[in-house]
Amino acid sequence: MTQHLVEANDATIQFGGLRAVDNVNMVIDKGEIVALIGPNGAGKTTFFNLLTGIYSPTEGEILFDGESVSGVKPHIIAKRGISRTFQNIRLFSSMTALENVMIGRHVRTKSGAFGATFHTPAFKKEEIEIQASAEYWLEFCNLSQFANEVASSLPYGVQRRLEIARALATDPKLICLDEPAAGMNPQESAKLNSLIFKVRDAGVTVLLIEHDMKVVMNLADRIYVLDFGKLIAQGNPADIQANPAVIEAYLGKGAEAMMKKNMDAKAAKGGHENA
Amino acid sequence: MDDFAKPQKPMFQKSEKKSRVKSLLTLVLIALVFIAPFVFQGFGQIFMVRVLAVVGLYIILALGLNIVVGYAGLLDFGHIAFYAVGAYVAMIVGTPVAKLLGSTFGGLSYFIALPVGGLVAAFVGLLLGLPVLRLRGDYLAIVTLAFGEIVRICLTNNIFGITNGASGLPAAGHALPDPFGLAWLKLHTYFTIGDNFVFTFTSNVYWYIIIVVLILVAIVVVRRQDDSRLGRSWAALREDDVAASAMGVDLTKAKLYAFALGAFWGGIAGVTFSYFQAFVSPESFTFLESSLVLAIVIIGGMGSIPGVLVGALVIQGIPEFIRGIASSGLLDSVGIHLTAEKISEVSSYRMLILGALMVVMMAVRPEGILPSKRLARELHPVKAEPVVEGPSEELDDDMLEKQ
Repeated sequence: MTQHLVEANDATIQFGGLRAVDNVNMVIDKGEIVALIGPNGAGKTTFFNLLTGIYSPTEGEILFDGESVSGVKPHIIAKRGISRTFQNIRLFSSMTALENVMIGRHVRTKSGAFGATFHTPAFKKEEIEIQASAEYWLEFCNLSQFANEVASSLPYGVQRRLEIARALATDPKLICLDEPAAGMNPQESAKLNSLIFKVRDAGVTVLLIEHDMKVVMNLADRIYVLDFGKLIAQGNPADIQANPAVIEAYLGKGAEAMMKKNMDAKAAKGGHENA
Repeated sequence: MDDFAKPQKPMFQKSEKKSRVKSLLTLVLIALVFIAPFVFQGFGQIFMVRVLAVVGLYIILALGLNIVVGYAGLLDFGHIAFYAVGAYVAMIVGTPVAKLLGSTFGGLSYFIALPVGGLVAAFVGLLLGLPVLRLRGDYLAIVTLAFGEIVRICLTNNIFGITNGASGLPAAGHALPDPFGLAWLKLHTYFTIGDNFVFTFTSNVYWYIIIVVLILVAIVVVRRQDDSRLGRSWAALREDDVAASAMGVDLTKAKLYAFALGAFWGGIAGVTFSYFQAFVSPESFTFLESSLVLAIVIIGGMGSIPGVLVGALVIQGIPEFIRGIASSGLLDSVGIHLTAEKISEVSSYRMLILGALMVVMMAVRPEGILPSKRLARELHPVKAEPVVEGPSEELDDDMLEKQ
């Protein structure tokens, strides 16, 4: 049996009386782009936090590469190969773009105070490697021109891409993108689309939370839908679009019929552009 | 991106020229710093040499604290404890070593006590770091404050029976010998220029030079540590610890490194202090001293080495300078005559002036006198100017095609 990259078994986290993530089962395989969607407050970001070690599940477990991530510190999880971006951009705002990405290299390098103090050959070599690699990932995300700009002075869409570059610099196996297209204009989100495909083609599995359905339907191989912490649907984009439970979660009861009418009308026009 | 390399080139040359001017200026400053004690000593202003030496000790202390507060963003109100640890270790280790080495080489004991004091202080820094790893901001400040007081109270209460309580170390008659080479220097560097300038090599000048050398070493070491993987991890920790740990920065390690490396310089300053004074007692390590060191870092400019230098001159130098001027009799020559009572009054005013200065600074320039570029940006965020995205379209088309 091939091993799944991520395997969540009844993952649950309870805050007081609230089960923010409730018995979620999920598998992600290598090379996939998987989307996690759901209305606001459904527990998507909390699930990310479980996966990346900010929280630990109160019940169930999440396996990454066959090993549990429960109770493992975030930096160890980063070392194992999960990297992430944040819903509210969390760049190191007073550092330059390049410095931000250099932080991402932290987990793959090891020089300490001794090397830094005495500028040992190993230290110098590593610093060159860190810089070169950071420049590579900037280039990869098409950000080279911003290398020496201060992160906080960059346009919003660029900051989002920079967060991806920083996450990629950790050499992850899985990258978790938390609403990467939030607040982007159509042009920017088109660029983002192509970037995410490029990331996948570079061998990094992608898990993304996104509200922009155009982006989700375009990118995702498979979709999981959360509502009130529970998994209510999973499948490929076409299935999800037609799933009554999903439509209800997003739009409320009675919306299904309307949606269906819309879809039929579109189908009659010659297929859905995003499907 | 070739298109961007071109317009940048002339700018780069300009900054090269600028940096040459800067390094020349630095050299001149360093030269001045080395010449100063000779001038003061020659004109008989021994007091000024001592003031400058003490300023130097505070610079070393503040360079250490700057790692913790300025780089790693951990508020530390107990830094003086490491100064105390260094000073007492110097006395406790230095005295027997000096006896062991005999009268000729006894002065070498300083150079043995120096690394020992630094390392012991670094170890104590680790001990402080461990329990406070989870604390941040004001909570951390309170615990470190308590730590500083605990160390001082332990010293006052003659802990382990080795600190001699409030009367301090060493006991009368056990003073440390003059450091290595001082006797020779005293004999061979006596000279006069005219009638007013009589130079004799005193232990004040000796310690002044040792301290300046230590400062230079500390600056090089601290700068290297800041400009490294470790320094970047401190900056990341300071700005956003959640993002830092998600990017693989081991927060525990980064914090412990900051505490230990900061404490190391506290210890180094302490060892030098105790040899310089040839006496230590707990009252040199009060909370006021801790807060003065913190004020040096904050007023000078957090995370900035030039800031620490200027901050120490302002915070430690100005008050001592005021006191020095008041008692030196220099004012008599301009027709102001002060009684002894008035002199002590002026001395008391110095803290008032300092306090007022700090209030004004925080209101007008919270980032400090000479802030680091990074921290200035944090306090005065750059307004998001739309940066022109430039010739990136070609690449984007490539990417789109790949889809």
